[in-house]
Amino acid sequence: MTSIAARNAAEISQRGRLRSASAQMLFEGSIKFTLVGLTLLSVLTTVAIIAVLIEETVGFFTMADHPEISVWNFFTGTEWSPLLGAQPLFGVLPLISGTLLVTAIAGIFAMPVGLLTAVFLSEYASPRTRTILKSVLEVLAGVPTVVYGFFALTFITPYLLQPLSESFGTYNAMGAGIAVGIMILPIVCSLSEDALRAVPHSLRDGAYALGATKFDVTAKVVIPAGLSGVVAAFLLALTRAIGETMIVALAAGGLAQLTANPSQQVQTMTAYMVQIFLGDAPAAGVEYRSSYAVAFTLFLITFLMTWTGAIILKRYREEYD
Amino acid sequence: MKTIPLPKTNMDQSTTTPTSSTSAPTVPVALRPPSAIEMNSLSAWYAKNQVLHAIDLDIAAKQVCAFIGPSGCGKSTLLRWLNRMNDTIPGARATGKISLHGVSLLDAALDVVDLRRRVGMVFQKPNPFPKSIFDNVAFGPRLHRIYSRTDLEELVEQSLRASALWEEVKDRLSSSALGLSGGQQQRLCIARAIAVGPELLLMDEPCSALDPRSTASIEELIRELRTTYTIVIVTHNMQQASRVSDTTAFFYEGKLVETGATDLLFTTPRERRTEDYVTGRFG
Amino acid sequence: MLASCLAATTIAVLVLSALLISIAIEGTSALSWSFLTSFASRKASQAGILAPLMGSVWVCAICAIVAIPVGIATAIYLEEYARRSRLKSLIQLNISNLSGVPSIVYGILALVAFVRFFGIRSNDDPLTFGSPESFMYLQIPFGPSVIAGGLTLSLVVLPIMIIASQEALRSVPQSLRQAALALGSTQWQVVWHVTLPAALPTIMTGAILSMSRAIGEAAPLLVIGGFLLVFQTPTNLMSDFTVLPLQIYNWAGRPQAEFHKIAAAAIIVQLVVLLAFNSIAIVIRQKLQRPLQS
Repeated sequence: MTSIAARNAAEISQRGRLRSASAQMLFEGSIKFTLVGLTLLSVLTTVAIIAVLIEETVGFFTMADHPEISVWNFFTGTEWSPLLGAQPLFGVLPLISGTLLVTAIAGIFAMPVGLLTAVFLSEYASPRTRTILKSVLEVLAGVPTVVYGFFALTFITPYLLQPLSESFGTYNAMGAGIAVGIMILPIVCSLSEDALRAVPHSLRDGAYALGATKFDVTAKVVIPAGLSGVVAAFLLALTRAIGETMIVALAAGGLAQLTANPSQQVQTMTAYMVQIFLGDAPAAGVEYRSSYAVAFTLFLITFLMTWTGAIILKRYREEYD
Repeated sequence: MKTIPLPKTNMDQSTTTPTSSTSAPTVPVALRPPSAIEMNSLSAWYAKNQVLHAIDLDIAAKQVCAFIGPSGCGKSTLLRWLNRMNDTIPGARATGKISLHGVSLLDAALDVVDLRRRVGMVFQKPNPFPKSIFDNVAFGPRLHRIYSRTDLEELVEQSLRASALWEEVKDRLSSSALGLSGGQQQRLCIARAIAVGPELLLMDEPCSALDPRSTASIEELIRELRTTYTIVIVTHNMQQASRVSDTTAFFYEGKLVETGATDLLFTTPRERRTEDYVTGRFG
Repeated sequence: MLASCLAATTIAVLVLSALLISIAIEGTSALSWSFLTSFASRKASQAGILAPLMGSVWVCAICAIVAIPVGIATAIYLEEYARRSRLKSLIQLNISNLSGVPSIVYGILALVAFVRFFGIRSNDDPLTFGSPESFMYLQIPFGPSVIAGGLTLSLVVLPIMIIASQEALRSVPQSLRQAALALGSTQWQVVWHVTLPAALPTIMTGAILSMSRAIGEAAPLLVIGGFLLVFQTPTNLMSDFTVLPLQIYNWAGRPQAEFHKIAAAAIIVQLVVLLAFNSIAIVIRQKLQRPLQS
């Protein structure tokens, strides 16, 4: 019975008209060609970003009518006043310090809160709580950054900071920094949680079998084992903080100054770029071109950080594979 | 059905003169040696790790050959060279010679897509596509040929009958294959392989994920199917090998230790290691 | 340990509640039908968000048309075709690096490449295709137009789309690919008939999340010269445009409290749109995602 059917099937299977093998090969080839081409687009994007930034930055440093601009002065100068006074000054340090101040505040807020929330999610929370919290974080992750800027300007600064101290102005590094921290919180949290959950259960079981408490297991086994992943999460989140634009453009102020005082207003690299591209600065002018040099600096910093983060992440993934 | 030599290029197989291919050897059907598969000093590696050592083995046509041996002895690797599934594994390579009806399988120029259409494979775990039962069986045929609707329906029915699944699923051909039980899924996978019209069926521990009852039905199926196909089955289970196979090959640490008629190999093994293995002293 | 974890989690929840509540209090009063259907105005009470709303729709549609197919194609190449090689890991590293590039930097690339076409052709003397009546009307260089905006955003979300699609493809069990290959499928047949259908619900979720990222982006559009005040809705690819986040930025940056109110109202609209996006993603995830293996 079965064998008859098998013979029938073999016979019927030969009845159809064969598809053309050469047409199929041509089709396969063109598909692969298209896929390779589209994949190269992302490589092309990187090349184009670097080429454009280098070209425009070199243009800025070699402007004939501004011999005072040099790479050395740019990276060591402590004053950034491209729009004021007769002699514009291009020392990028105030912009970098402003960026770092905001990023530091964001990190101080987001790293502990994010990591602890991640520990709670991966080690303590019931599946139900976990689902709810994950969707809270998903909502936070989806909120456009301009909304956080608005929140800093209309809530954090007037209702949280100014009641604490009168030194906080409308625009200040603290308010912007906290808002940036809220923005990166979901990133810290979900990436750290991934790292913690990647720690194999056998490791936890091993510790429990030795009589460890939940606290011991979490603090002495899980977190150390997931540490590289957590560090990578921090790095990637801080990279986002450094490159964040709309929050600082709205809430951090527009005065480039070298200060570590969080109640002062600061200008970040991104906020300066917004100021230039929104303003009426002529495209050939020195201020306009300075923004490319700032962008290149920003790109280099974030590129190095993402790279480091990606390498750490890759290494920790390999640990358990 | 006649066994058709395996040409290197696609040719219209619907012609009744199977030796019309120019690239296939022009040995008349009647004179062809009874071996479907011949392997000469076949060695294989995964990266730098040699997993097969100079295997010489002939497998007869329209018989069931079982590969047995402890885990890691290379029996699955060998099976996966017979349809070149190892091509998908980075670093896998082989030297020596395997031929299927005289066509060299390790030839770099071999059309592997064409090869796989002539060599069906059933995997360890049932792996139906997340599609309907009908679409699962029709998947392979549709890839290679254009059928009329009635031919396709008939092909699906005969394939499902051949795998003894038709009576159970004929009323729900359009429902998802994932709703079937494990044993049914595995029989569906066999139907899927049969529908393409292969000459050789490879089975990689097809019952290891099944309960005893499903196992029994699959074993019965294998015995039925060997009248139509050459079947190579890899198994861990020596009782299964002795129940379903005509010949058995015993592998140990990448080497072929002994091969022969199944009843002889199990009752009067020539090699000490074979005896130890079949009597359960190790493995 | 548990106490500090709970405290941290509470902070996260509190922050979200404070954000939503403060914006709701500030913005609800300004929400009305006419707010959705009017153009911007010097008077806050008469201003509306019709132009940015339609601008967002246009820009996001263009972004989706470009970024989703390219992202899926790249993911397919990397996951299904490329063999493990140095080149592949380089491309992979490049993509994760791109995902960390600040969006404002993409704006600069887009400004030079799309808006000005690398200066190869002057914006005053553009190559023109089609007539302004057709929505396909196109000029090269693009200038600060809808098409430039859409392409800019597609640069920003492409890495996200690629990574999401890759993860989706990776989650398809290897056994399904093997089954298809063993039946004599070519590489593309495996992808088209097996891998892609199985991964599609997850890919669509990723696509929707990418689009919700695109719809909230303001910085790169600001760089390419997205306008802050626009008094018309886009009619063709070359139209001037603004988007909701830019409009919010514009109103939020003004000192007058009444503009903060309409900024908050615009934020509510933006969040509702995002929430709709997210719910669609969740529905797809739950309804369409059948088990791939029993």
